[in-house]
Amino acid sequence: MQYEAVIGMEVHVEINCHSKVFCSCPSAFDAAPNSQVCPGCLGMPGALPVLNRKMVDKSIAVGLALNCQIARSTRMDRKNYFYPDLARNYQISQDDQPLCYAGYIDVDVEGRKKRIRITRAHVEEDTARNSHTQAGGQSGIDFNRSGLSLLEIVTEPDIRSAQEAFAYLTSLKQLLQYLDVSDCNMEEGSLRAEANISVRPVGAEYYGTKTEVKNVASFSGTQKAIEYEVERQIEVLNSGGKVVQETRGWDADKGITVSQRLKESAHEYRYFPEPDIPPIVVDEAWIEQIRKELPEFPIARKERFQSQYGLSLYDAQVLTFSRAMADFYEAIVSAGADPKKAANWLMVELQALLSDTKLDISASPVSPASLAELLALIETGIINGKIAKEVLVEMFKSGAAPKKIVEEKGLGQISDSKALEETIRAIIEANPGQAADYRAGKEKLFDYFVGQVMKATRGKGNPQLVNEILRRELDS
Amino acid sequence: MKTPWYEKTAKEIRDAVHQGEASALDIVNSFIEHADAVDGTVGAYTQRWSETARTAAQRIDEKIRKGLPAGALAGVPVALKESICTSEGKTTGASKMLADYRSPFDATAVTRLQQADAVFLGKVNMDELGLGSSTETSALQRTTNPWAPDRVPGGSSGGSAAAVASGTCALALGTDTGSSIRQPASFCGCIGFKPTYGRISRLGIIGIASSLDHVGPLARTVEDTALALNVLCGEDKGDPTSSDRPVPDFTRSLGRDIRGLRIGVPKEYLASDLDAEVRQYVEKALDQFRNAGAEIVSISLPCTGYDAAAYTVISTAEMSAGLARLDGVRYGARHPEAKSVPDVYVMSKSAGLGTEVQRRIILGTYFLSGKNRQDYFVKAQQVRTVVKKDFQNAFEQCDIIAGATTATAAFPFGSKSDNPLEMYACDQFTVAANLASHPALSIPCGKTAAGLPIGLHLQARSYDEETLLGAAFYYEQHRGFEMGFPSIL
Repeated sequence: MQYEAVIGMEVHVEINCHSKVFCSCPSAFDAAPNSQVCPGCLGMPGALPVLNRKMVDKSIAVGLALNCQIARSTRMDRKNYFYPDLARNYQISQDDQPLCYAGYIDVDVEGRKKRIRITRAHVEEDTARNSHTQAGGQSGIDFNRSGLSLLEIVTEPDIRSAQEAFAYLTSLKQLLQYLDVSDCNMEEGSLRAEANISVRPVGAEYYGTKTEVKNVASFSGTQKAIEYEVERQIEVLNSGGKVVQETRGWDADKGITVSQRLKESAHEYRYFPEPDIPPIVVDEAWIEQIRKELPEFPIARKERFQSQYGLSLYDAQVLTFSRAMADFYEAIVSAGADPKKAANWLMVELQALLSDTKLDISASPVSPASLAELLALIETGIINGKIAKEVLVEMFKSGAAPKKIVEEKGLGQISDSKALEETIRAIIEANPGQAADYRAGKEKLFDYFVGQVMKATRGKGNPQLVNEILRRELDS
Repeated sequence: MKTPWYEKTAKEIRDAVHQGEASALDIVNSFIEHADAVDGTVGAYTQRWSETARTAAQRIDEKIRKGLPAGALAGVPVALKESICTSEGKTTGASKMLADYRSPFDATAVTRLQQADAVFLGKVNMDELGLGSSTETSALQRTTNPWAPDRVPGGSSGGSAAAVASGTCALALGTDTGSSIRQPASFCGCIGFKPTYGRISRLGIIGIASSLDHVGPLARTVEDTALALNVLCGEDKGDPTSSDRPVPDFTRSLGRDIRGLRIGVPKEYLASDLDAEVRQYVEKALDQFRNAGAEIVSISLPCTGYDAAAYTVISTAEMSAGLARLDGVRYGARHPEAKSVPDVYVMSKSAGLGTEVQRRIILGTYFLSGKNRQDYFVKAQQVRTVVKKDFQNAFEQCDIIAGATTATAAFPFGSKSDNPLEMYACDQFTVAANLASHPALSIPCGKTAAGLPIGLHLQARSYDEETLLGAAFYYEQHRGFEMGFPSIL
């Protein structure tokens, strides 16, 4: 029998609000354990949660970017369960009234457009982090993470392959980064993806029993885990077995999913409205304010780059992949550089240096303005392209301005025709045989003389001028 | 002999301190010595902060000497309920679970009192975590009714009421989720005031049920109550359920003419199982109002009876979550023999929380579980809406709703301990104000033949504390008796 996969994704994104969602503790990632805590996120008696309005702003922005409906009136709920990483033994979350719902995202799967519906995106708080590697076999709890702002984004079971899941995650991350609401760092846990996976005969309307695969550290890992899990379920069914509803973890070393715990048939979270936080009322003006501040999204920007700057589809795609890259590019152009040359130098030369040093574009030691300045030096004939590459390496290393490097190292082109004439005459005199052969019709020898001039000027001879003078001197 | 300071009102004390007629230290010492003498019998105080109180008093005297402005409660000795967080001393909630708990911060109400130059004499007893109506569930000690040593002081703010009534503080802070300020005030013969929900910040209160919890003052006079409210009320950014409504000067509503004031008497209240003496004194109070020109209106509150049921469901449901944090993981009494995570929860809670607390947590968990959530919790929320509507309708016909605070005067120790339903019935006239959020107070309206205080319960529209205080003040001035101090002291 032919099977198809039915996959829904649940993504938890830590939204960067500078402080936690229900208290004013900072939310930096790598602080010493339990150094960013207060009575609120420790669940001390008498502490009360105060909803961070920034979290609502940013969640609405994500909702709008995901084409969601925004609830005009909603509330927070208490989700009750006992676990040491849960400070109050209830999590403040949203039950049946999510802030954002009924949206969609269009993703590109190998050139094919796929629409994935978003069921909901709701506001909640993160839990603390348990650590079982303490001395003496004890467990520790780091409450720095307790109360960080989380947005849980849930899709409909619209995803049909691991590849589509990968494309969804990539597009979602791109969107979140464009919105500048999260750094989406899976290793630091600021983005966590879980896949609900089932299979069914192609054409069937029903859903098979699903398993939940979580704790994968990367998008490609998620793709592999889904591929494996789909195959595993098909094998189970083909051999006459039944898929068991359970949570499975991904063992990256062995490349397999492993059963972690059987899922109780129904969770008993005893949700009820959070009485400490008044209802959240979102009016039209609030939504419009956020809509006005939304950035240009990747697809629109890509199209604009093609039409406005005359870039190829490929170049436009690469340059708009991240907002930081696209912003960098437009900053070079607005500093006066030719759009096509700016694209080349950014995507090829600067990108190579960044890749070698594993730096992100946002951490580039070369600013857009200084790259534009470098391109201007080529344009005005002060240096040629070959020298410019050397200058860029130096700029990357020292952060110095290109003009300064050119001046200090004497890298400027020799455009002084008198000086070039002298050099060229001396070379012709020193090569009487070649000069005679050239004059007798061996035109190929012209390149030989260009080479000699460049050698003598250590590459700094203005190529146009060198050609002109050589031809005049040889032909006379 | 001159009246000792501990028998004076907060207003008299404040004025004397402001005018330099008395030193805050002398005043505080008078209260401390009185407490030394009588609190061994009453057992209101669980913590005495005499030394820090003297230091605070000296600081106030210093201010006065230097001609600096002193606060609205300068030198007024205050007692705080054990469930109110203070960075000074312990905050136990009268529970074994928190027997050694020290709060890292002060409740907003505490900070406001401190800024008004009130002086804290210590903390007072209560039912464990506020769950009870007699202060008998306290894990700390027994508090007796100052008017009758064999009787309970009421609860849960029993220590607050007993301390005010016995003169070991001029004002006390209590909390009220269903009756916990007003019922003990009624039993002990003082004034207990539950303001509108949102008037006083709940930040720093060991909460029971956040949508029903209120902070409020207990005092010996209406004027002192108004003074305390002036200090305590107001928006707090730390409590998003606190109201940003402007706070009037409540003392200005005292002395209002009550002619034409419409006082509603719900027929359901009088039809209930009121003790004969209680009924007699409540009716007498109504007559006094009528004679003064108020209009007594018969009204109906059809929700009566259902309100208590809804209250039980909502309050226990919310507290089952609200008290879940008391697990011994981050603070509190972790059971020494707990070996696993489930052990930590089960053993610590079983050993650290008393029977009544456990009963209500289990009850609340039940009301929220599975299908019960729809059948009980959601239904109770709907009833709550009906209760609000009933009161809205009632307040179209009257400005004040009057009745008894409790059906009987203070009962003997142990008489209801084994019958939780009878104990819950102590709340029957008071829970509606918590469900509907409007302000209510209890003021003494007489004593039984056995000498036990009886409380008159007055309720007003939300945010209309002024009408409530005005009516209570008028009554206090004209009721024809002085509450005085218990003779056993």
